[in-house]
Amino acid sequence: MSLENKEKYEALQNVIDELKNEPGALMPIMQRAQDIFGYLPEDVQNYIAKELDIPVSDIYGVATFYAQFNLEPKGKYIISVCMGTACYVKGSQLVLDKLEEVLEIPAGRTTADGLFTLNATRCLGACGLAPVIMVNDDVYGRLTPDQIPAIIEKYRR
Amino acid sequence: MAMLNVTIDGVKVSVPAGTTVLEAARQANVHIPTLCYLKDINEIGACRMCVVDVGARALAAACVMPVSEGMVVKTNTPAVRNARKAVLELILSNHERKCLSCVRSHNCELQKLAKDLGVEETRFEGANINYPMDQLSPSLVRDPNKCILCRRCLAVCRNVQKIGAIGAVDRGFKTQIAPSFNKSIVDTNCVYCGQCINACPVGALIEKDDTQKVWDAISDPEKIVVVQPAPAVRVALGEEFGMPIGTRVTGKMTQALKRLGFDKIFDTDFAADLTIMEEANELLERIKNNGPLPMFTSCSPGWIKYCEHNFPELLPNLSSCKSPMQMEGAIIKTYWAEKAGVDPSKIVTVAVMPCTSKKFETSRPEMELGGLRTVDISITTRELARMIKSAGIQFAQLPDEEVFDELVAESTGAAPIFGATGGVMEAALRTAADVLEGRSVENVEYKALRGIEGIKEAEVTLGGVNLKVAIANSTGAAKELITRIKNGDASYAFVEVMACPGGCVNGGGQPIVSASKRMDVDPRVARAAGLYAEDEAKTIRKSHENPDIKKIYDEYLGNPGSEKAHHLLHTHYTNRAK
Repeated sequence: MSLENKEKYEALQNVIDELKNEPGALMPIMQRAQDIFGYLPEDVQNYIAKELDIPVSDIYGVATFYAQFNLEPKGKYIISVCMGTACYVKGSQLVLDKLEEVLEIPAGRTTADGLFTLNATRCLGACGLAPVIMVNDDVYGRLTPDQIPAIIEKYRR
Repeated sequence: MAMLNVTIDGVKVSVPAGTTVLEAARQANVHIPTLCYLKDINEIGACRMCVVDVGARALAAACVMPVSEGMVVKTNTPAVRNARKAVLELILSNHERKCLSCVRSHNCELQKLAKDLGVEETRFEGANINYPMDQLSPSLVRDPNKCILCRRCLAVCRNVQKIGAIGAVDRGFKTQIAPSFNKSIVDTNCVYCGQCINACPVGALIEKDDTQKVWDAISDPEKIVVVQPAPAVRVALGEEFGMPIGTRVTGKMTQALKRLGFDKIFDTDFAADLTIMEEANELLERIKNNGPLPMFTSCSPGWIKYCEHNFPELLPNLSSCKSPMQMEGAIIKTYWAEKAGVDPSKIVTVAVMPCTSKKFETSRPEMELGGLRTVDISITTRELARMIKSAGIQFAQLPDEEVFDELVAESTGAAPIFGATGGVMEAALRTAADVLEGRSVENVEYKALRGIEGIKEAEVTLGGVNLKVAIANSTGAAKELITRIKNGDASYAFVEVMACPGGCVNGGGQPIVSASKRMDVDPRVARAAGLYAEDEAKTIRKSHENPDIKKIYDEYLGNPGSEKAHHLLHTHYTNRAK
């Protein structure tokens, strides 16, 4: 185990020691584990299961039930495609389709090189610019699908 | 206890406080339909099939609704009927309705409900997700397309067995009952006990069917195909042919096996007696040599796999004895082959087991002798019933006369009780008593060891030796017992563990008893009663008095625990902890 990983597991152990006797401890432990590791890898779920003496299927069930839990590491750039009403009627689905095509991943996933995570999100609050996407904190508005490859290329460099 | 008066469809009944509407209705002879409900295992009110009118604004789920004083229940109003029908139609809307080719056809609770409620077609044509089947394990097949998400399987796996190999994954329309991390069941800590199969109301969980392999062997003129049925099969097989739960059909079973074309009918019961000889000897050796103790029994492949995954530090405590099935296989391909003058490579040994985990045990790499598998094929009680049906054999009309073959089939009363929880312990004590007392002890019945309680304990003094023993049935009970031992709260010389609640009589390969029937009869109790009757009917009831057991030691094995016995009848285990 790398030193960095060792420190993360020590932090997780502290969280578990702090919370494990509280009723309903599982969700808060999973949230804090995600804060520590950035997502919930299989090994971390197995570790929590062992410490709480519950089947890992309990943890995996909760992790797949709630959208807030990530089973994969997040990419360096998180792309959020607004699917709010205004963006949607202005064609954000076509923008999302194009992104899926260019990145070769479905929405909700991360590219194999760890560079991009693609998410479909609710209203980003920039309806005047519809359709809108965000790449980390950069906002791109009034998009058409043919603009997508150039935007992605910028971040690949 | 306070009694409450309720009226159900006009019938007045008085029931103890805490009784559910479903149970109370039963007493009024009203059978409310259920689907996700499974007595003592899954009582979650999820499917809404059992809704009734209790005089409230909304319909209530009878399986979780406790009765109250003066409650008036109506189970058959138009609103109730419509609600149930709608629920059923919605479930059917994305159910893979391949009833013609489904192994559970005629024994499917969903199919029965559709029939009973008069749902012939569904108004809703739901979207279907086409999931892949999981067929990678040697024991279980999971078909998510037939799953109705009742959660009976995961309740028994998680809450009774304390394993949780499968769970609810994802949410909404995409919900599946599956192993975690998109794995096959083969890559989990599943012990293949098959309790999930027995809990499943439909065909979403079934055993891996190996009957074609048996047919192929039987039709091969080069092969000598021999069969060995386990103790618990003979008190359950009859159920597949309409007989009451627990009916003893030993004679008919052997007659059917003969008619199916098996060349020799042997008996796992013989090897049960052999197991007692080896295991009792091993226990006495361990006591003499200071351990390791407690010694745990090793007959149940589900328990072995559970121990390998979860308590690898206890592997030295597992008896090194092979299971009776494997002992019988080994003896057939060596001792019997030699006596009968048969080339062992031509023998195909088929085992009929109440068990799905035996299929896994059969595939364990160490279970071979001189390049030959000791057991070639292991089928369940249900698979044998299917073979009998497809051969057109009229099982109920077969004679009751047993037609076992010679040398490795004779058994004592100590053997059939292996199929009930506590039976191995009782059989072992019968032999240990005679050895330690140095005489033939008259009492052979150890009633404290019987019954379906999860954990049982007893203390016996034999020939001045004090023996504390314990029994666990279900892996959940085993986990609890091991925790007690580890915490120093208890200590024993000998512990019997069976992976299935009630022991092999309730194994994952046994005839499936519907949720409705389970409200009236406990198959664990009814089938065990059949085995104890089988025991009482035998004139010899101690393994070491079996004449064919004496013969095999005299003429072939030498003494229990001899080098030859070790080579043929003992095994080793694998640490599977991660």
